[in-house]
Amino acid sequence: MSSETTAAPTVLAVENIHKRFGEIEVLRGISLEARNGDVVSILGSSGSGKSTFLRCLNFLETPSAGRIHLHGEEIRTRRDRAGMLRPADHGQLTRLRARVGMVFQQFNLWPHMTVLSNLVEAPRRVRGLGKAEAIEKAEALLEKVGLAERRDYYPAHLSGGQQQRVAIARALAMDPEVILFDEPTSALDPELVGEVLAVIEALANEGRTMLIVTHEIGFARDVSTRTLFLHEGRVEEDGAPAALFTAPESERLRKFLSRHLH
Amino acid sequence: MPDLHGFSDQLLLGLWMTVRLALSALGLGLVLGLAGAAAMSAPMAPVRWIAHGYTTIIRGIPELLVVLLIYFGSSVVLMAALRPFGYTGYIELSPFVAGSIALGLTFGGYASEVFRGAFQAVPPGQGEAARALGMGRIHIFFRIVLPQGWRIALPGLGNLFLVLMKDTALVSVIGLEEIMRKAQFAVGATKEPFTFYLAAAFLYLGLTIVSMAGLAWMEKRANRGMPRARAS
Repeated sequence: MSSETTAAPTVLAVENIHKRFGEIEVLRGISLEARNGDVVSILGSSGSGKSTFLRCLNFLETPSAGRIHLHGEEIRTRRDRAGMLRPADHGQLTRLRARVGMVFQQFNLWPHMTVLSNLVEAPRRVRGLGKAEAIEKAEALLEKVGLAERRDYYPAHLSGGQQQRVAIARALAMDPEVILFDEPTSALDPELVGEVLAVIEALANEGRTMLIVTHEIGFARDVSTRTLFLHEGRVEEDGAPAALFTAPESERLRKFLSRHLH
Repeated sequence: MPDLHGFSDQLLLGLWMTVRLALSALGLGLVLGLAGAAAMSAPMAPVRWIAHGYTTIIRGIPELLVVLLIYFGSSVVLMAALRPFGYTGYIELSPFVAGSIALGLTFGGYASEVFRGAFQAVPPGQGEAARALGMGRIHIFFRIVLPQGWRIALPGLGNLFLVLMKDTALVSVIGLEEIMRKAQFAVGATKEPFTFYLAAAFLYLGLTIVSMAGLAWMEKRANRGMPRARAS
């Protein structure tokens, strides 16, 4: 954790997140503090808990223990009869979710809506934007991800890379304070990965705060300001990518890198 | 339409009554079907039991008996319910209302299962994407899950509607003057059963053909944006 006096404000603070599915403890105490403008890449082999961790941050998975603060506001939880944490205040949770964007591996665009409708839905109905304003904003975002002329297409008529760029634009339409990327390029054909990474890199250069679970080691090294390496639900290594990738301390990270850097 | 000894107007009135009955039963049945599907996946166990009990009873009793039970049963129940308030007169539901309720209950029982399967077929990622954007449960159901589930449910619901339309003939037994009842009057008056039952058959067949065309149009509409309906 940085001790600079000029440090950017903390956007997302996560304390000691645990998650168990039945007898299996998938996350065993992960903490993280993301400051404004941080791009945190989260690496780890499959089963290390990296996607589960990301999904706990906006309560798509409910953590078994731990605390999450967004800009200092803690997401209130209570324990149910099974001893699991539950969001205590649904209104607060939806309000906080509206400020945290998420991009999924499978895009999860709504297939019955056009590209433009996908982008307009949440800003209009969750944030109460007027129709004209929401459309104007959606068009600007489509322009930004290079898909302005596809606004009236249905998702099924787009390539995977285009769908993921629309999904990123959909997240941006809510002006999120943090964006969570859950393996955003893992479902794409190799030749489509680049266009999506380029969009994410442009967002990083704008100074957006982002957490990216990825297998793209080169991208993590070049774009992120900080890298976490997870192993069996714990943070095995945490540091600046330059140091982490050139001189990994742990044997596991060294092996992981040699497997993934061809 | 041929004159049919002057009974063609009566048959057309019967046709109109059949259409009204089918549509009002459909409306009630769709509401019951959605409610039943929602109740079957409710977190509270007793709610799920009630929903499963409903579909089991409806699917286990012949439609004709449902019509009779609702028509005669509703009188007994209504009179018993109003007696404490000092009302002792005779009450009964009109054949139209009783028929709509009976056929609506039947349609709803089967439609619950159709809707339940359809909602389960909507990928969980669809709702997750909506939750991650801060949408509430009701918003997600009506804007994300229902339109996609509707597309999946439509062929099954269409079948149920075709069955419902023919089941309207059962309501003739409690005196509703729909196609079947009107045909029976004409047979009694003219002693030409084949002519009038054949005419009735053609009316039902015509209704079915119109309904199928309507369903095909609705399915096409619901499939907008789906890969199979590639337009460009």
